Amino acid sequence: MAMQFYASPEQVQRDRSEYARKGIARGRSAVVLTYEGGILLVAENITTLRKISEIYDKIGFAAVGRYNEFESLRRAGIRMADVNGYSYDRRDVTGRFLANAYTQTLGAIFTETQKPYEVEICIAQVGSSPETDELYRITYDGSVMDEPGFMAMGGQAEAISNVLRERHDASAELPLALALAAQALGSVGGENGQTRKLDQKQLEVAVLDRRRKGRAFRRIQGPALIQLLEGLKDVLDKDLGGVDAAPPPPPSVDKPTVSAAAEEDAASKPEAGKPAAGKPEAEPADPAEPADGVNGDGS
Amino acid sequence: MAKDFDPSGRVPDYYVNAGTSSFTQFLTHASPELLPGRRPLPPGLSADIAPHGTTIVAIATADGVVMGGDRRATMGNLIASRDIEKVHPADSYSLIGIAGTAGIGIELMRLFQVELEHYEKIEGTMLSTDGKANRLAGMVRGNLGAAMQGLAVVPLFAGYDLSATDPARVGRIFSFDVAGGLYEETGYDAIGSGSLFAKSSMKKKYRTGISTDDAVRLAVEALYDAADDDTATGGPDLTRKIFPVVMTATANGTHRLTEAEITAVAELVVAGRMENPGG
Repeated sequence: MAMQFYASPEQVQRDRSEYARKGIARGRSAVVLTYEGGILLVAENITTLRKISEIYDKIGFAAVGRYNEFESLRRAGIRMADVNGYSYDRRDVTGRFLANAYTQTLGAIFTETQKPYEVEICIAQVGSSPETDELYRITYDGSVMDEPGFMAMGGQAEAISNVLRERHDASAELPLALALAAQALGSVGGENGQTRKLDQKQLEVAVLDRRRKGRAFRRIQGPALIQLLEGLKDVLDKDLGGVDAAPPPPPSVDKPTVSAAAEEDAASKPEAGKPAAGKPEAEPADPAEPADGVNGDGS
Repeated sequence: MAKDFDPSGRVPDYYVNAGTSSFTQFLTHASPELLPGRRPLPPGLSADIAPHGTTIVAIATADGVVMGGDRRATMGNLIASRDIEKVHPADSYSLIGIAGTAGIGIELMRLFQVELEHYEKIEGTMLSTDGKANRLAGMVRGNLGAAMQGLAVVPLFAGYDLSATDPARVGRIFSFDVAGGLYEETGYDAIGSGSLFAKSSMKKKYRTGISTDDAVRLAVEALYDAADDDTATGGPDLTRKIFPVVMTATANGTHRLTEAEITAVAELVVAGRMENPGG
């Protein structure tokens, strides 16, 4: 019979903590900070899989760690917020309520399951002024902290935090705040301790705009992000993007609006002078352009 | 919700599951009592127990769509409300108007708004215009039982199609029947008790590629004609300054005409009818 070794509860918790911490430290980092016009969320991310998301009108979400784990937490957050907002009122959905739900969930997962979640998340709620902004950091073991205007998560978060602590200014404008975020993220991970310069392709950026009525979350990408990184102040409001949603793809050959069977039928009808298996020709994609232009820059 | 009680404090599993991107589908697990169409009704007709909303018109324009609704709700021969609002934005680029039992209609409209926003947030992309219309058709279908007992609700859905391949067809209008049938309309459509008169009014004056301003005027004219012949539709109320709700959906998003804008149009229409009551 296999011998069961005794492991003290302290040891078990330590092992789990270490496991989770290692997992989180392997990934790229994210920072969240307040600025004059709202809250800026920036993640170093070269993929199209998102680390930053809208949860509700004034509430945003940023996460680092294992994608599948924080993605399920993100969905849960959106669902909780929408159920609450639907059954009460939109104003009754708060960041603290979500932070509480997350801390309970992560705490329970940490103590009850074999493998803790390797995630660290931030719930940000934008207020009418930088003083009323709320940033909650929720870690893998369910602990929650109310952060003072800025926070860093992920690998080497401590070093990134130090940069932010030195230079964070809640009254800075967006280009300055973004420059600080990019520098802070680039302050680690270079060869031989060198700093890196992160460009638009390596950053996922969004803001919670305190001046906007209704849904405050706006993703900044493409030309607007390049301009902002160059420090141009007069990025037009519309360039900051409309709702956080790309337009649906136009109907095309690879996204037909009718079932494949119907297409097949039409294609297999032999036509005079043409082979029976002739595929329908690809439609030119150009007519979709005007519609894309409308939202291509996210407006 | 006793079944949801979990001593560990974790959110229930169905919140965390990949599951679905649909809010209504999610509610069937989380809080089915919040869904319309799931409540047992006592047998018999219940048509007269709640206010009914009436006429909604929608017009496709060169830049998108215009939708307008009168402000009256009736209960039998009584006016239940003079200033009910029956036209709302469904999301940033589409509009929904409701006719029929007001309570159920408003619930349906709110649920539909959350449904669209929920999908946007979960998936990071908007539903296609056809996708939105199909989803709404499904929700109307769910109300068939209540509809057969007199609590029918029929929406009108219109929107600016972001993925339109033909610039002449950016404005799209969808109508529904109580059984959840979905029909795309060309040009214009109306629903509700005054729809017959509103449609005839629009038929005479509608031209393809109409400008948004002209379409706003046309919508208010159509509502005036509906109110002229249908007791359940309210006309512009000059004494109380209650005018139709008119909204537009274009490439710039949805816009509700301000009090000043709609007052100006309504006063023009009324002044025109002073000279020629038939329009």
